[in-house]
Amino acid sequence: MANPATDRPTRGRHHTVQPRLRDRIVDRRKFLIYLGAGSTLTVATKLGLDVLAPGSASAVPTPSLPQPADLRDLGDILILSGKPTEALLFTVEVTEDGRVRAELPRMEVGQGLTTAVAMLVAEELDLQLDQVDMPLAPARPELLMNQLTGGSNSIRSVYGPVRAAAAAARTRLCEAAANRWGVAVDGLRTEAGRVVGADGRTAGYGELTRLAATLPIGELVTKPKSPSEFKLVGTPQQRVDARAMVTGAFKYTLDLDIKGATPAMVRRPPTINGTVEAVNNEDEVRAMPGVLDIAVIDTGVAVVAETFGQALDAKDALDVTWGAGTVDDVSDEDIFKKLRQATVPLVPPVSLPNQLDFEFDWAPINHAPMETNSAVADVRNGRAEIWGGMKSPIVAQQQIAKELGLPPGKVVCHVVQSGGSFGRRLFWDGPLEAARISKATGRVIKLMWSRIDDMRHGRARPAAHHRFRATIGPDTVLRLEHHTAFVETDWTHGLGEILTATSAELPAGNFGFAQTVFMLTVKSPYNFGVVEQVLNEVPLKMHTGAWRSVYSVSSRCGEEIVVDEVAAKLGKDPYEFRRAFLKTDAQRAVLDKVAKEGDWGRSMDDGFAQGIAFHEEYKSRTACLVEIDARDPHDPRVTKAVIAGDYGLPINPRGLKAQLLGGLTDAISVTLRAGLHIDKGLPLEGSYSQFHYARQVDSPTDVQIFILPGESEPGGAGELGVPAAAGAIANAYARATGIAPRSFPINFPVDFEPFPR
Amino acid sequence: MPSYSFTVNGRKVAVDAPADLPTLWALRDKLGVTGPKYGCGIDVCKACTSHLDGEAFNPCVTPVSEVEGREVTTIEGLADGDNLHPVQEAWLEQDVAQCGYCQPGQIMAAVALLNKTSKPTDDEIDEIENVCRCGTYFRIREAIKSAAEKM
Repeated sequence: MANPATDRPTRGRHHTVQPRLRDRIVDRRKFLIYLGAGSTLTVATKLGLDVLAPGSASAVPTPSLPQPADLRDLGDILILSGKPTEALLFTVEVTEDGRVRAELPRMEVGQGLTTAVAMLVAEELDLQLDQVDMPLAPARPELLMNQLTGGSNSIRSVYGPVRAAAAAARTRLCEAAANRWGVAVDGLRTEAGRVVGADGRTAGYGELTRLAATLPIGELVTKPKSPSEFKLVGTPQQRVDARAMVTGAFKYTLDLDIKGATPAMVRRPPTINGTVEAVNNEDEVRAMPGVLDIAVIDTGVAVVAETFGQALDAKDALDVTWGAGTVDDVSDEDIFKKLRQATVPLVPPVSLPNQLDFEFDWAPINHAPMETNSAVADVRNGRAEIWGGMKSPIVAQQQIAKELGLPPGKVVCHVVQSGGSFGRRLFWDGPLEAARISKATGRVIKLMWSRIDDMRHGRARPAAHHRFRATIGPDTVLRLEHHTAFVETDWTHGLGEILTATSAELPAGNFGFAQTVFMLTVKSPYNFGVVEQVLNEVPLKMHTGAWRSVYSVSSRCGEEIVVDEVAAKLGKDPYEFRRAFLKTDAQRAVLDKVAKEGDWGRSMDDGFAQGIAFHEEYKSRTACLVEIDARDPHDPRVTKAVIAGDYGLPINPRGLKAQLLGGLTDAISVTLRAGLHIDKGLPLEGSYSQFHYARQVDSPTDVQIFILPGESEPGGAGELGVPAAAGAIANAYARATGIAPRSFPINFPVDFEPFPR
Repeated sequence: MPSYSFTVNGRKVAVDAPADLPTLWALRDKLGVTGPKYGCGIDVCKACTSHLDGEAFNPCVTPVSEVEGREVTTIEGLADGDNLHPVQEAWLEQDVAQCGYCQPGQIMAAVALLNKTSKPTDDEIDEIENVCRCGTYFRIREAIKSAAEKM
């Protein structure tokens, strides 16, 4: 696996083939239509047409107007913001050994992006997947707002540009062959890494690349394949890094062999954002075995040692006098009280006879990626070089430069593929802290956060309160009101560069950002008449951040519970009721698929039940049917899951199935058992023994996942799987136990002795 | 500082380290064997799972003094050269890994289970406590069953 620090493929003589600004790409208009509009206007039109599609039940939907996220979602906005730099995104290199290399200006954290994008390149160039190298690009400030990995937007935003770049390379290789053979380019085609002439002559890309690069081609006439021509895209492919991962050869940040890099850890305060007032036993700790250096930094006291084991012992041995943090008096009770107060009241405050009211609480949840926050930093001699997981590397580079007092050009940020993110690595606090320690000690250091620190001082999706009111008429829903309040989600990564990041830091800037994201992501997929969704925020200075499916997990899970209870009130079957109130045939298709494959409605013993739910976002949609064994309501287990996903155009169905399975496991965790308790300014949970993310024993033994075929444009994939699965699990639990879930996770005792602060 | 000699993936090694240094750091920081991962340091996430004399163990809580004279096998030592272990093959077939960080430990735990039980039941597979934050558990289960068929 290519890795920016250690094993960048050694290239012999090679030539770069890339579309130049003067190149004219035919079919540009189609390309722009995708980039600019993402077919949103079509969706809106479709909504209008499909609105009155007949349902199979006798329930009568009340048509709803499109919500903002129906017209233009967050992904569309991210694509638009990246539009000025789209032509710069990819450089496709064809080397003389016939391999193709393109750096990916997005981050791979397990979502299968390097595989899917390499598939797109291989497809356009008629190559085998293993002939494409796709290392992660370092921070590229010239991309402005076009180097952020988030919002389920990576495939959506690179689908057009990467195909255009690869198609341009293919066209140039054909031009080179035509030139060499003295024939017209029109009769040439490509196959298995070679240009093939009308008379059967062939030439490998490697032989042609030099000529292709030097030909005076002033105008490039090229056209990416249409989906109907795809041979590789749409077929299930194994991850390009799979072998490295099963052999232990794959290198994460702290596995990199960077000369002189020495282990460093940080002793952190007993409350979030606490400060160092004094280190009382520095000499004693400096004398401990293996300890090389100690430095006070903004976030605590850093210890540099020969091994991480010794750094850990030494940081634990430090006696530090701490100053107050930013939320020292804050505990769960206060947080949920504040959230209820901040939730915009429903009017009238007491529901009418035809109204159903619901309130839901959601505990905060740590991202908890397996690889804790980590980075390597070399800040010496007026320059800085940083290695680490960065999903917004441009703003990371800019902010680190600002902090170090260096010009941004003197800071290099290598993006290293990481062990999970789930939103966590949108923030660069690990790389920044590593830079601070390196600067303070004058050493090359590799920083590792302990798991306890990652749980307690890392980031989390913040706590939330939701209020729903469904106003029902005979056989219909006339109105759905959804008012929610979250503890403030930190959006100061902006769109990945310093302008939008700075504006998010301005007074009310983060609030505005949150409102925009909420409106562009949260929507009801149902014809529930007048739909009103309102977010308010409680500004507590805790470490928060977008967590996979951000506002949608709790918002949509809540709504799916509302749907089940409204259906029951109206005497309808939960599946038939959804079917009748969904807006489009595409939505009904995934729902029908799971109902059929999952044998919806089969009879089950006491304590067991099925649950079903639907979710749509970022131009993709999914339905999930689960079966639960909740004979012990305090120890339920999801035993089976049937999931269907429609992504418009599936690139790698295998990767998409993986994302849906991961979404299911996340949903099992956050719905049933995993969360953080905040107590006097710090989470109580400190490790996986206390933070109950699902394990094998919590996972179903029967999972069937179906990816629906399609030939439109790829929708978002990373976040889609969580909300529907969460809704299905909550509904199954309610049906199995008769207990209506209102607080999540459902089973959430403090069943452990917290670690010392 | 005392010196400890043991075998790592068939290679004799010696490290100078305090007796209580967890073997994980002897492997990673002193020997450059980076397959076993840190995930918790207290034997609850199991990301470092490796084998000691053929049995699963967690080097994050095993002092280096305890492995003196013994055989440590990490994920790097599982394959026979380019020939992967059947469990690794099954992992590739099922395309188990996502972020991959827990997978060395998952594979070593699965191999240890299959060494004890040739046809593990679902209940026995459930006893593997290794955390996978990407949530690949079902594919892990399928891969273990598939490997059991091959072995």
